[in-house]
Amino acid sequence: MTAAIIVFPGSNCDRDTAVALEAASGRAPRLIWHRETALPKVDLIVIPGGFAYGDYLRAGAIAAHSPIMREVVARAHAGVPTLGICNGFQVLTETGLLPGVLTRNASLRFVCRDVHLRVEQTDSVFTCKYRPDQVLRIPVAHMDGNYIADDTTLQELEDHGQIALRYCDADGAATAEANPNGAQRNIAGLFNRRRNVLGLMPHPERAADPHHGGTDGRALFAGLVEMIAA
Amino acid sequence: MQARIHVTLKNGVLDPQGKAIHHALAGLGFAGVEDVRQGKYLELELADQDRAAAEQQLRQMCEQLLANTVIESYAIELDGEAVA
Repeated sequence: MTAAIIVFPGSNCDRDTAVALEAASGRAPRLIWHRETALPKVDLIVIPGGFAYGDYLRAGAIAAHSPIMREVVARAHAGVPTLGICNGFQVLTETGLLPGVLTRNASLRFVCRDVHLRVEQTDSVFTCKYRPDQVLRIPVAHMDGNYIADDTTLQELEDHGQIALRYCDADGAATAEANPNGAQRNIAGLFNRRRNVLGLMPHPERAADPHHGGTDGRALFAGLVEMIAA
Repeated sequence: MQARIHVTLKNGVLDPQGKAIHHALAGLGFAGVEDVRQGKYLELELADQDRAAAEQQLRQMCEQLLANTVIESYAIELDGEAVA
């Protein structure tokens, strides 16, 4: 599997993501600077976490209009698996590849800790190695993770199985107490309709090695490698 | 030409920052504040041009970048006059 990781001024999870992808696939991903206008032929595109452009204006707003993003959007529309993690999720909503918007955490605090997540949808290249309703423990680290969409959009997301992960407690119950940021319907991860684009607030690359204190994120990368090789 | 743009949260969208400001004002002893909503204000200096063209361009700027119309509305003023 060949992968490209898009790097913006202010990205800070690009290297961690590269390490996790290389461990899963045996191939180092290409790091692509945001000023580039062409993408090599790759099997996977990742928009990593960080604070692209310092979150000026809105998180992800300026990055979404970087030169490389025109090509990223075109590839995603053509079906190339595209993963946005944390700030990458915010960038994907700002490009319109994913619906809704990620706003300031309801607590107004930066939240940086492990959360529990319930796997809602396993029929995708990203989540195929997980079991339905499996409870994962993966860290989040963000200021703007409060997912908002209108009721019609939320219903469509439910009806089309586009919700990938929900915040939950250790037993898998998606309660208000288990929601770290106020996100509607406890949404932690979201697919586009075709499920080739995934936005995640949690950081699977930070739970991909026993030294991280958990490995629940590893199956996401392993699943991608397996599905793309198949 | 000078444009002034206000970007505000749409009605019904929760504004935790506005709420925190509201609480802080109450803490300072300012009574009678019923609600606070926080928004953004931008000033743009534009090269002189046809007013209709400038209005059209400003609307496009708001739609494409300055506001996220999923949750925000915008109001444009050009040389002191509101743009419909």
